Amino acid sequence: MSDLSGFEGLVAIREVENQGMLTVRGDFGSEVLRAAVTGLTGVDFPGRRVAHVQGARGLLWMSPDELAVLLPRGEAAQAATRLAGQLAGVHALVVDVSDARVHFEIEGRVVRETIAKLAPVDMHPDSFTPGELRRTRFGQVAAGFWMADERTARIFCFRSVRDYMAGLLTVAADDHSEVAYFRK
Amino acid sequence: MLIFNCPHCGVAAEETELSGGGEAHLKRFGPGCSDADFEGYLFTRENPKGVHFERWRHAFGCGKWFIAARDTVTLEVFGTYPAQTSEPPREIFDRISEKRPGWSWCNLSGEA
Ligand SMILES: [Zn+2]
Repeated sequence: MSDLSGFEGLVAIREVENQGMLTVRGDFGSEVLRAAVTGLTGVDFPGRRVAHVQGARGLLWMSPDELAVLLPRGEAAQAATRLAGQLAGVHALVVDVSDARVHFEIEGRVVRETIAKLAPVDMHPDSFTPGELRRTRFGQVAAGFWMADERTARIFCFRSVRDYMAGLLTVAADDHSEVAYFRK
Repeated sequence: MLIFNCPHCGVAAEETELSGGGEAHLKRFGPGCSDADFEGYLFTRENPKGVHFERWRHAFGCGKWFIAARDTVTLEVFGTYPAQTSEPPREIFDRISEKRPGWSWCNLSGEA
């Protein structure tokens, strides 16, 4: 396991503990589905490529028929069962993927640049704004991310590539590697 | 480097975020068809120098399939549309006709 605890670099990198996540697929036009997931998380239903997140709860727009539901880890399994029950009558699928995902938070002055080094995404402030959810690749692995604010981003990926992602982030945020491309 | 706008999630996705799926608008021939039709379905492709229609999947993004109309020589992209479309939308047709008068591809052409 690459250890992040002693890391000091252009941004702080933290592995987010106890984050639960459900994958929900279904018809976004269904009122039943919308009510069920917003009721579970307490946030509004997200529009295209939007992340609505409050604390450990949130809804991420993953595709036209896929949501990621954020919940405290301890609630995820029960919530998945309850949600599947609520959606029994509609075309939908619910899976608790908490164990299969890992979340990193990066925080600091050069968050945009750290992401831009790793993902084929235009991170210019005019193109990518906090609250947008983007699925892409970081290096060679699939990942999703959003910015909570100008200094903070959350990145999630498969837990099976956790060490690879931790390695990528620490290299991209190496103290001596600032390009200052987005500095205004 | 190719950049396609994914019609499903709206992202301007560059090539490394996508995976190619070969020629678009194939007509599937299955059980009961003639050997010639099945061979054509499996193997015969346009492979054009110029206007082409291809299937692409936004593999690292939303995961959805879409179709891209582009020029294989200049890499100019004429447009993209969802894979759940049996023939190119009118606007794509018109854009290609404007830029490549007299174009044709498979059984499609600018005169249609
Ligand atoms: Zn997409």
